[in-house]
Amino acid sequence: MKHLMLSAALCMAATGAFAGKAFVSNERGNTITVVDTETWEVLDEFAGGNRPRGITLSPDGSLLYVCASDDDTVRVFDTETYEELYTLPSGPDPELFVIHPSGSPLYIANEDDNLVTVTDTADHTILAEVPVGVEPEGMAISPDSKWVVNTSETTNMAHFIDTSDYEIKHNILVDQRPRYAEYLDDGTRLFVSSEIGGTVSVIDVAEDGTPTLRQKIGFEVPGVLPEWLQPVGVKAKSDGSRIFVALGPANRVAVIDGASLEVVDYIMVGQRVWQMAFTPGEEYLVTTNGNSNDITVIDVAAEKAIKSIQVGQQPWGVAITPD
Amino acid sequence: MVSAAGAEAQEVRAAVLRVDYPSLLPISRYDLRTEDLAFAGAALADEDNNTTGRFMGQTYETVTVATAPETASEEMRALLEDGIRYVVLDARAGEVTALSDMAAEAGALVFNVRAPEVALRGEACRANLLHIAPSVAMQADAVAQFAIWKQWKRWLLVSGSNPEDRALAEAYRRAARKFGATIVEEREFEDTGGARRTDSGHVLVQRQLPTFLQGTEAHDVVIAADATDYFAAYLPYHLWTPRPVMGSAGLRPVTIHAAHEAWGATQFQNRFEELTRRHVQEEDYNSWLALRVLGEAVTRTSSADPQVVEDYILSDAFELAAFKGQKVTFRQWNGQLRQPILLYDDRITVSVSPQEGFLHQRSPLDTLGLDAPETDCTAFQ
Repeated sequence: MKHLMLSAALCMAATGAFAGKAFVSNERGNTITVVDTETWEVLDEFAGGNRPRGITLSPDGSLLYVCASDDDTVRVFDTETYEELYTLPSGPDPELFVIHPSGSPLYIANEDDNLVTVTDTADHTILAEVPVGVEPEGMAISPDSKWVVNTSETTNMAHFIDTSDYEIKHNILVDQRPRYAEYLDDGTRLFVSSEIGGTVSVIDVAEDGTPTLRQKIGFEVPGVLPEWLQPVGVKAKSDGSRIFVALGPANRVAVIDGASLEVVDYIMVGQRVWQMAFTPGEEYLVTTNGNSNDITVIDVAAEKAIKSIQVGQQPWGVAITPD
Repeated sequence: MVSAAGAEAQEVRAAVLRVDYPSLLPISRYDLRTEDLAFAGAALADEDNNTTGRFMGQTYETVTVATAPETASEEMRALLEDGIRYVVLDARAGEVTALSDMAAEAGALVFNVRAPEVALRGEACRANLLHIAPSVAMQADAVAQFAIWKQWKRWLLVSGSNPEDRALAEAYRRAARKFGATIVEEREFEDTGGARRTDSGHVLVQRQLPTFLQGTEAHDVVIAADATDYFAAYLPYHLWTPRPVMGSAGLRPVTIHAAHEAWGATQFQNRFEELTRRHVQEEDYNSWLALRVLGEAVTRTSSADPQVVEDYILSDAFELAAFKGQKVTFRQWNGQLRQPILLYDDRITVSVSPQEGFLHQRSPLDTLGLDAPETDCTAFQ
């Protein structure tokens, strides 16, 4: 691994540019794989705690936050040295989280305890615990930071938590096993994936944050059993023109047109695709493929998969450093 | 939109009625029936449903009753008189029919979480009786599909002599015909009652079972049909011809086991174990699932009326996640829950049926058990 790091360092010296990094959490391998987003070479792999799943970065890209689910904590790493700096209290079994655009707090879904824990990343303290539905998972924050959305997989709801008082103000019933929530950048719309229901719920959001279920998007791929079309990760382009949906065991990412809300294409990726992240500028979309132990790089403009890179055991989530 | 504010509070009261039969000890201590069997699943379901109910203005309360067969109807009457209209019934076929008929008179809905008989889903079906437990036909088909996938098409069928064992053997004969396997030979291992041949321990078993299985036609796999649990567990290492065993021992069809982790089941196991301090058993999962079916229907219909709830459960709109990787739904022609069946070797999930390549115009799940054109059930028409 050392020579790889060295060549990456040389490359950086040569171009003078700060190479981007994709950090991939490997749920079974208990490691974090670091991938260079220029060369798409693996730079390093380091211990990430037990059952690392949710993964995100501080807004400046200097800190990596990892939900170490079986350690009941969030581990914080330096994105240059990969050293673990400290842990944050997360509540039990943290699975997925979302970070406030200012860098604090973290809003963390506690899968086993039906809670969302709000943790101050500077003071390392818990600010609030919000009781939500059964098996909370998906977490999203509205662009104006006034709302945090949590999806509960067994209650089948999107809960809208007011970030000023940590009270749930709205609940929307969606299809079975909601996994992920994603706002459009302008805050007018929210997408919630339902893994077992096989749909993505499109929720319109009024100016005051009030949500209304608009429609549900289904999926269909010739030759693939409908039962295998299981939407999990969702990423929307910042201009809202395209929404990408990872379809789990269907091994495909669906491309949805933001205007018509119709599925326009399916991109073949690795096996059991779950989470995704854009590179800065949305040139590439990286997917984690849990059963083939790799990540796939999608060229966003061409809407084509261009490369797969082996990572650790059962890659779950991915976070990519900002410019 | 859903909001707790302004919604009228709904109270959903249910019961688990478990009939405890006098029985001999199981072959394995692991199969001892715990005091809270099926009740523990209901306790978890109440927690889950109430968590959701907080957002819907609904509360769930499930009482649990254990009874001897002689007092079962008395207990059912008391529950109905108390106003309970949802009963999760953990009983054998005879009691299921009689108690369901009592419930029907009171307009109550019954969920069968134990009895696997095909007849209960066929000629003896009841319009107020839904089956969470899979039928023996579903179990046999789940095993058969795996055998076909493996190309183990020559079966030696070894069955017990009790009526339940013979019914299970018949399900395997049907499965063999359905999926193109050949039963090359059958042997019935007689249950000699109190002096069970296998009760004497491993020394005798080790001598008797191989000779009982000597001189059979060439076969790929042994299919065990021992619904009453008196000999099958001994088969895997006491055959004459070494072959894999499936069915009542070896690779078994189950609705859940405590090592099942796929599809988010780890969360279910964690919640269950934290609440009960023990591993989950099938009747726990089945009763949890029955009450989750009820909770889901109440959530979606905002009604606690049994007719509204049952109509919704049997409608195309109903779907539920059950840690099986796909939604579970109900067969509208006989009230049977469609669900994948786990194939379990007593340690891990070896496979899950339906197997790849077994297709059906409605759902691959309908390749397991009796399909609409085959049913003798008329109660749902």
